[in-house]
Amino acid sequence: MDHIPILKIGRVLLVSIQVDMHDQLALALQDNLTQRIVKDRATGVLIDICALDMVDSFIGRMISNIAAMAKVLGAATVLVGMQPAVAITMVELGLTLKGVATALTVERGIALLEDSDNANVLAA
Amino acid sequence: MTTVSSRLGDLIIEHQNDLLDGWLASLTARIGRRDAVGANELRQQANRFLTLVGKAIQAAGSAGIDSAAWQEVHSLLSDISATRVRQGYNSVETALFVFSLKDPLIAYLRHEFEGEPNTLIAEILTTNALFDRLGLVTIEAYQKSREQVILRQQQDLLELSTPVVELWSDVLALPLIGTLDSARTQVVMESLLQKIVDTGAAIAIIDITGVPTVDTLVAQHLLKTVAAARLMGADCIISGIRPQIAQTIVHLGVNLEEVTTKATLADAFQVALKRTGASISSSSTRK
Amino acid sequence: MSWQLNASPGALFSLDLVNLQADGAEVVLPVRTDDDVVKLRKLVREVLISMRFSIVDQTKMVTAASELARNTLRYGGGGDCSLAKVGDGSRTGLALAFSDNGPGIADVSLALTDGYTTGGGMGLGLGGAKRLVDVFELQTSPDTGTTVKIIKWKPY
Repeated sequence: MDHIPILKIGRVLLVSIQVDMHDQLALALQDNLTQRIVKDRATGVLIDICALDMVDSFIGRMISNIAAMAKVLGAATVLVGMQPAVAITMVELGLTLKGVATALTVERGIALLEDSDNANVLAA
Repeated sequence: MTTVSSRLGDLIIEHQNDLLDGWLASLTARIGRRDAVGANELRQQANRFLTLVGKAIQAAGSAGIDSAAWQEVHSLLSDISATRVRQGYNSVETALFVFSLKDPLIAYLRHEFEGEPNTLIAEILTTNALFDRLGLVTIEAYQKSREQVILRQQQDLLELSTPVVELWSDVLALPLIGTLDSARTQVVMESLLQKIVDTGAAIAIIDITGVPTVDTLVAQHLLKTVAAARLMGADCIISGIRPQIAQTIVHLGVNLEEVTTKATLADAFQVALKRTGASISSSSTRK
Repeated sequence: MSWQLNASPGALFSLDLVNLQADGAEVVLPVRTDDDVVKLRKLVREVLISMRFSIVDQTKMVTAASELARNTLRYGGGGDCSLAKVGDGSRTGLALAFSDNGPGIADVSLALTDGYTTGGGMGLGLGGAKRLVDVFELQTSPDTGTTVKIIKWKPY
């Protein structure tokens, strides 16, 4: 796969990470996302990692970067679908993903982003 | 004594096939129950044992069986014992695997050293001592395997006895009772997180009313659970904090700033309800 | 890289390990490209599954392997990873050893502290990976490069 598809749902951009990411793919994703946020005037980014059975510091860094870039562009980011084993490992690894809000499912994530309390999520 | 010992090793390797047949005949006679698959497996194990023991004796003699040269033999006996445990054999039957090699081996020694009574006696004593030790190693390995089975069963029990309750839609409660050791806390953590995924509950109340002591480790485990749940998108409330525990937590310097804590499960439930947008109202017809 | 050891000089592990592979050989994978890292993760996951590790333990070990593999690639200039099933008499486990001929790590204790970074990342590679495994040993020098060995034991 040479790029990760980005779906638009209202003013939210949905990214579903399903493959093993390497440097180029991660950079391409960050590139594409930032461009799309501006182009579609998106106010929210939803990253779905339900298909990931592992998140290491590289991927964690990528997610944090995306959230930071999105925030600069005025969009909030929500991470959804983390598997329990991944969550436990990330806590042990020390990855806190500050600046990234989380939700259990895509539906909840979208609801969170569309909430009129959007400011709270952004400030997280 | 090295000349004598290495002769034993050579003997085993030279006559491996005959020894194997004699040994297996002796084993089958004593233990009995074997099917075709089992007989094949037994033959392979016995053959491997002979090869490894022969090589080990040649390399390092039969006096010290804890040296590196004997490592593979230990390993094989561990594997065989573990298999026997699984198959339901008892420790005596398992040890017989080793002990019943003595007879055919000593028969060969008698043939080899016919006419050299002193050498024969020395060889028999050495062989006897060696196999006694190997027999003990086997029994010890058997015991260890049994312990492993018991440990695994305990773990299974632990998982079964960690109930996570659905208090309300989107609200889970985990009443912890008893001491929390490292193993138990891990199991608890995993159960809770899995239940969060299964039910889609956004809030989990961890009630520690039934936990007698909270030390740094327990506190750390609780905090890790809360952090993991948060990464997944759920929030945790810790309730049931007794006054003494509150004091301990503060004294230990545990940082609970990021966690909502309540003294009672009822308080925690109210908070949870509010967060999910629900509320409890009493009907006015009751007087 | 030998796993059978007791008194061999320069042996990293002080435990008495016995290679449980049937033919005695360990598996060695190259860690030279991003795709190598992907393949390595897949293989490690498969081996852990076949050894019946719990999902959490699998994830921890695969994550640690990923961290170390990326380090080998990014800071070590590429290298190898050898896998071996090991045992110490009462339990079995999986051992991985990452080695490279890179410049080595200048300050090991600093590198093992969380937050340490040279590459602008989160810098959690080594310290974090250490917490995910049961045995963690590291050898590094500017002349010989870096070797990191990790083991995850199965509790039963």
